[in-house]
Amino acid sequence: MNDKFFHHALYFCKETCIGCTHCMRVCPTQAIRVRNGKAELLPNRCIDCGECYRVCPVDAVKVEQDDFNLIYNYKHRVVLIPGVFLGQFPEDINQQQIYSVLMELGFTHVCEVETGAEILRSVMADYIDENLHIRPVISPFCPAIVRLIQVKFPSLVNHLIPLKQPLDIAGLYAKQLLIKQGAKQEEIGVFYITPCAAKIAAIKSPVGETQSVIDGVINIDFAYNKILTIIRQSKSKKFSSAKESDLSPESILWALTTGESSVMRGRSLAIDGISNVIEFLEQLENEEISNIDFLELRACDESCAGGILTSSNRFFTSERLRNRAKSVQQPVERSENDIQNFREYLSEHLSIEKIKPRSMLKLDENIGNALEKMKKVNELMGILPYVDCGICGSPTCQSLAEDTVRNEAEISRCIFIQRILEQKGTFTNEESVKIMKEVWGEGKLDKNLK
Amino acid sequence: MHLQYELEGGNFTKAGFASSEIKKVLKQLNVDAKTIKRIVVSSYEAEVNIVAHAFSGIINAWIDNEKIVLHFNDKGPGIPDIEMAMQTGYSTASPAVREMGFGAGMGLPNIKNNVDLLEISSEVNKGTLVKITIGLTPEMN
Repeated sequence: MNDKFFHHALYFCKETCIGCTHCMRVCPTQAIRVRNGKAELLPNRCIDCGECYRVCPVDAVKVEQDDFNLIYNYKHRVVLIPGVFLGQFPEDINQQQIYSVLMELGFTHVCEVETGAEILRSVMADYIDENLHIRPVISPFCPAIVRLIQVKFPSLVNHLIPLKQPLDIAGLYAKQLLIKQGAKQEEIGVFYITPCAAKIAAIKSPVGETQSVIDGVINIDFAYNKILTIIRQSKSKKFSSAKESDLSPESILWALTTGESSVMRGRSLAIDGISNVIEFLEQLENEEISNIDFLELRACDESCAGGILTSSNRFFTSERLRNRAKSVQQPVERSENDIQNFREYLSEHLSIEKIKPRSMLKLDENIGNALEKMKKVNELMGILPYVDCGICGSPTCQSLAEDTVRNEAEISRCIFIQRILEQKGTFTNEESVKIMKEVWGEGKLDKNLK
Repeated sequence: MHLQYELEGGNFTKAGFASSEIKKVLKQLNVDAKTIKRIVVSSYEAEVNIVAHAFSGIINAWIDNEKIVLHFNDKGPGIPDIEMAMQTGYSTASPAVREMGFGAGMGLPNIKNNVDLLEISSEVNKGTLVKITIGLTPEMN
């Protein structure tokens, strides 16, 4: 493991955390431990999927957000909105209203993220055709999936397509368009309304490039509530009409499940939900799966419609996007500013560097040492109860054994081991209590019982 | 380190389980991805062979600093002509097994292409023993 810093958009608020293990249990990469009564994140393991955020009963899992006023650092302020953002709003609110309120809030231009899919679609299809030796190729659309493959399935990193995604392409396009219209590069700020934490992490520490084209992020729930409030409070007010979108139905559906797989040639499969994806990647790595050309993998159930920061029910969001795609009048009218006129520039700027593995599974760099450690892990597993209760502060018995071998925990944190030692007379109740307090803090063991 | 798995003939639902477990161990041992792939390909093929052809089997795996040794020992019909079985495309799999996507006659040849050492011994109507050795460090390959 190199010592590169991995940026995470998720963090735990220590003051709010009640130390309950909900997050630790659902984390798909075992990236959470409880110490001193609070959840802690292991940064090398976290993939920013946000499963912890969904289950926290006290909202102690937070998603960072840029200060909204950051937009005023720029003369030209572009907001990139994903299709699922429009899909948050109830049917009586139309696209024009949302666009006008965004302008009212201070943006000078609105651009749909999926505009980028208009370019990516054919470039990605060409990549798939030109790389017959890599099968299946895996879309890097979902940043949580890219990170999952890096840490948990390092042998599959070369299956990831090394191309920028619609968000970056739309950002590049917006900047080029404004430059063409006379703006200076440094005067343009591009902001993204994000449905999830993984996209933020991808912008703040991108994989396969040094810097993202996106200058800042706004969380979708923040934007949704702000806009909905303005619209609801100004019922009578007339909204100026903004430009109707000129997206093709394929692009509108891009961020939903089957958005990519349905338009890629060959045998394609779409899988959503992080546990479904993990199960599938295990089988793929086991060589049990063959003859698939393209894999669309998304961490969230219903893909971005189910992003952790969304407010609307994921199935309604999906339905709204599908209805919108159906209502598109074909052929879509193209203006002189259309993204297709920037195809050449964008195609030249689509590549990213090879994505590198960063395995979290290895017990040691050296096989001999790793074997020794595994032997110790197996010995410890022989005395652990296989209950996976989490009371030791590690998510499973297996992870307590591994943490112990890595010198990051002690086996005596297991309450079963404590009972065994107490029976033998080699451990006192005071010692058990002391250990429990190390994991859970003073509070949980300091209660008045009558 | 020693690992052992039991296999049941005809249970395709479980075929691949042992290979998957072995893979998980190798990932923890920081064996490089290409070597793991060779091991998994050959071990999965050998595992499916037992499930497809034999009544039951046992897989033994020994791992040390330098190599993994795998023994696939089955009770089953045995292989009358090992040389023939090693040919690409040759298969005695039943139509039912072929319908499940197995039995294309790629198994043993595929194993051979991925291992450093392969030994097969078989007795008709008794069973087959497939022994595989793969080096874990690039210098051994």
